[in-house]
Amino acid sequence: MKVVNQKIPSIDGKGIMQGKRAFTDDYSEPGSLIVKVLRSPHAFAKITDIDVTQAEALDGVKLVLTHKNVPRKAFTRAGQGYPEPSPHDKFVLDEYVRYVGDEVACVAAIDEETALKACALIDVTYAVLDPVLDFETAYEHHTVIHPETDIHEMFPIGFEPQKNQAASYHMEVGDTEKVLHDSDVVIKHSFYTQAQAHAMMEPHTVNARIDIHGRLVLYAATQTPFHVRRIISQALDVPIQKIRVIKPRVGGGFGGKQGLHGEMLVSLVTLRTGMPAKMVFTRQEVFESSYTRHPMRIDMAIGAQKNGRINAIDCHILSDTGAYGEHALTVFMVAGSKVLPLYNKVDAVRFHGQVVYTNKVSAGAYRGYGAIQGNFALESMIDMLAKKLNLDPIQLREQNMILEGESSPIFEIMGEGTEGTAMNMETCKLPECISRGKTLINWDAIYPYKEIGNDKIKSVGMAIAMQGSGIPYIDMGAATIKLNDAGFYNLTIGATDIGQGSDTILAQIAAETLMTTIDKVIVYSSDTDLTPFDVGAYASSTTYVTGNAVYKCALAMIERMYAAAAKALKVHVDTIDFDGETFTSTDKSHISLVDLSNRITYSEDQEQLTTTSSYYGIKSPPPFMAGFVEIDVDKETGEVDIVHYVSVVDCGVTINPLMARGQVEGAIVQGLGMAMFEEVKYSSKGKMISNDFLSYKIPTCLDVQKMTTEFIDSYEKSGPFGAKSVGEIGIDTPPAALANAISNALNIRINTLPITKEKIIMTLFEKNKKGDHHDEKQ
Amino acid sequence: MMTIKFMLNGTEQTIKTDPSRRLLDVLRKDFNLKGSKEGCGEGECGACAILLDGHITNSCCLPLASVHKRSIMTIEGYAKTARFDVLSNSFAEAGAVQCGICTPGMILAAESLLNQNPAPTDAQIRIGISGNLCRCTGYNMIVKAIQSAAKRGEGLW
Repeated sequence: MKVVNQKIPSIDGKGIMQGKRAFTDDYSEPGSLIVKVLRSPHAFAKITDIDVTQAEALDGVKLVLTHKNVPRKAFTRAGQGYPEPSPHDKFVLDEYVRYVGDEVACVAAIDEETALKACALIDVTYAVLDPVLDFETAYEHHTVIHPETDIHEMFPIGFEPQKNQAASYHMEVGDTEKVLHDSDVVIKHSFYTQAQAHAMMEPHTVNARIDIHGRLVLYAATQTPFHVRRIISQALDVPIQKIRVIKPRVGGGFGGKQGLHGEMLVSLVTLRTGMPAKMVFTRQEVFESSYTRHPMRIDMAIGAQKNGRINAIDCHILSDTGAYGEHALTVFMVAGSKVLPLYNKVDAVRFHGQVVYTNKVSAGAYRGYGAIQGNFALESMIDMLAKKLNLDPIQLREQNMILEGESSPIFEIMGEGTEGTAMNMETCKLPECISRGKTLINWDAIYPYKEIGNDKIKSVGMAIAMQGSGIPYIDMGAATIKLNDAGFYNLTIGATDIGQGSDTILAQIAAETLMTTIDKVIVYSSDTDLTPFDVGAYASSTTYVTGNAVYKCALAMIERMYAAAAKALKVHVDTIDFDGETFTSTDKSHISLVDLSNRITYSEDQEQLTTTSSYYGIKSPPPFMAGFVEIDVDKETGEVDIVHYVSVVDCGVTINPLMARGQVEGAIVQGLGMAMFEEVKYSSKGKMISNDFLSYKIPTCLDVQKMTTEFIDSYEKSGPFGAKSVGEIGIDTPPAALANAISNALNIRINTLPITKEKIIMTLFEKNKKGDHHDEKQ
Repeated sequence: MMTIKFMLNGTEQTIKTDPSRRLLDVLRKDFNLKGSKEGCGEGECGACAILLDGHITNSCCLPLASVHKRSIMTIEGYAKTARFDVLSNSFAEAGAVQCGICTPGMILAAESLLNQNPAPTDAQIRIGISGNLCRCTGYNMIVKAIQSAAKRGEGLW
């Protein structure tokens, strides 16, 4: 292959490096109204009175919006396909505010200073209500966070707002209780995972104007331009054909830009005033008023035989969706559906639980989407089981894990809020990933630990993981290819490049299929007027789903070109061969692509050759990986150095090995942030206290010393050129791998993320205390 | 209002404006230079970094008054130099650019580092760019890019 599987730099990287206009705010209209939001100081309150007279009277203020003058129609900001598996529980503005930072009112003014001044002049009277801040007491709490009656679910998801329940689910294969009871050993533990902030470097940004046709045109930093168009149309009652959404370059999303943020209010401002308007979240708003990862409590039990055979896994999860139910059901389900099939030889498996509302910022989609939470629990449990059975943790995995050609009943049972899709693992190179990773991390020399002096211990830990490649029978991606004169192509795709490089890898797939070079494929993406549909950048869809659409589309284009060449050469199409540059018939007559394209553009048999193809998965082949961490831990201070992280990944053929590596390494470090120190924290009154980069630390380049990332030879037949997706898989292993390494080093087990040095020290202290006590008894 | 004179990308500029305005806003709005980005607005992320008299500085925390009679280089000016060519080629080939919001600041941080230390070690590179946050790459590929630029650009710094 000449283009696919090559390390081609991103097609727009150079322009970005030169600082050219590329991102959403770079495209705001000069003189745009500045839109600012007055946000709730209370975790839960009812607005009993709101007086905007003074704000409206301020010079330079063009519009003030409150719940009294905006449409009231429940919707979800989740940014999913339709009908959404998330409850419609949000209003543009509401008389209730449900977390500190929730929207109270909105001001559009000629500049930021005026807008902020006007926000301060809005006189709000609140009836402050008792908030629910602890998700473990939220269910059937006396405070009902969504008492309103005009909210609903789109199909049954277990939505019971009167009990503070956004969703619930139960599934079981076999008789879990019985199999656990009959097992030689049963281990049961609870795990807590925290809220993690996306902390993408570009804040949420949107701007709007009315075009010459009277249509609303949005530039938005979004992962889902087509969903944004539909949701605005539905919630604001604007005919969908009157809306155009353009996604320019996006500065990172990680799921945080799958959901809507300022789109609704900025659209309303421009529709009402006729003036261009823009909103850029402050960093504080990004932290306090966008989304986080769903915090969870995971109660897990595993039953096994003494020889290491795992008989049953029981997983109960309580998930915290915060004030609104974006992705409540589906993130929670993925914590089972993309985790539990790893050990598919069980006689019984159960997954059940509920998702509850609390008065905290909404949780939403976040890279890993539940799988990182579930993986932390399951892969910690596997090491704990190995210890209990006195078995090698890697051998225990190898004995029980899913292998190529195998399946799990879970695939068929659990889908995207609905039933799933049965599938066999056509590719699963977990054994190879583990064996290569063991070598790269120098496992046998270090495991379980080595004293290295100065109170420091070196140890290793590992975990395996799986993810998916899009949502079968739901996610659709489409592509259009146009042949131009002089023989170059336009590739238009709805797919959403948010920095992961989809524009580049989709151009590679087109160029490889068309047997041309990447400079002859001009990419334009994510414009609801000009590009075909795509669900957007989420669920590890783009490489597999849109990639297949591009591949199909390019094949269709070749067929059209063959027909045009046959006409030009006056031969039967079956006699022609094409090498990417020239069509040659068996009778030796030939025409170059350049001449053919010029001919059909300007002189004879004129026609515009355009093909459009779309694709939706009929399965979701999981990428797999093994992650290994080498740490040095100080047993006096609890300080952990990440010395080396090894990732060995099976994502099929990498369309672009450079970019695939970038996806994995970026995700590893984001996962290590979650494993080690990232945590969204609140005061006792529900005010977020980790609301800037000082109080919410994300990894810098000093936090990880060395990473080694390799891709195992693998070819997924159903994927474009053998590829599976790779956007999320990297984030799943760090929490469990780190917890396991710490256990190997210090013989302590930490089941609550993040695993900070303070927690390590406290746990060691507790252990020593117990140890002393034990000694005393003896 | 105050008259402020400074060199911007090699050209002398005189503007009359509120001296408390942030340099970042003046660059983006008055000079239409969109290469400097606002990531946090509080000097923590480095997306708005520029070179002030050759030193990496966050333009979101710089009131315009403090650049009077000083020299500013933004990514747009730096992009015209031979050093940029070396750095940007290395960044491209190493896969060091993902979403790209941090990249102009990261490249200027690399310039500031290489200017002081043309042959930095891995650890020195990590310290040199530790004031610039990137959420996409995991940094490994950025460190490799700067290493490779230092090698290729020998003599340029």
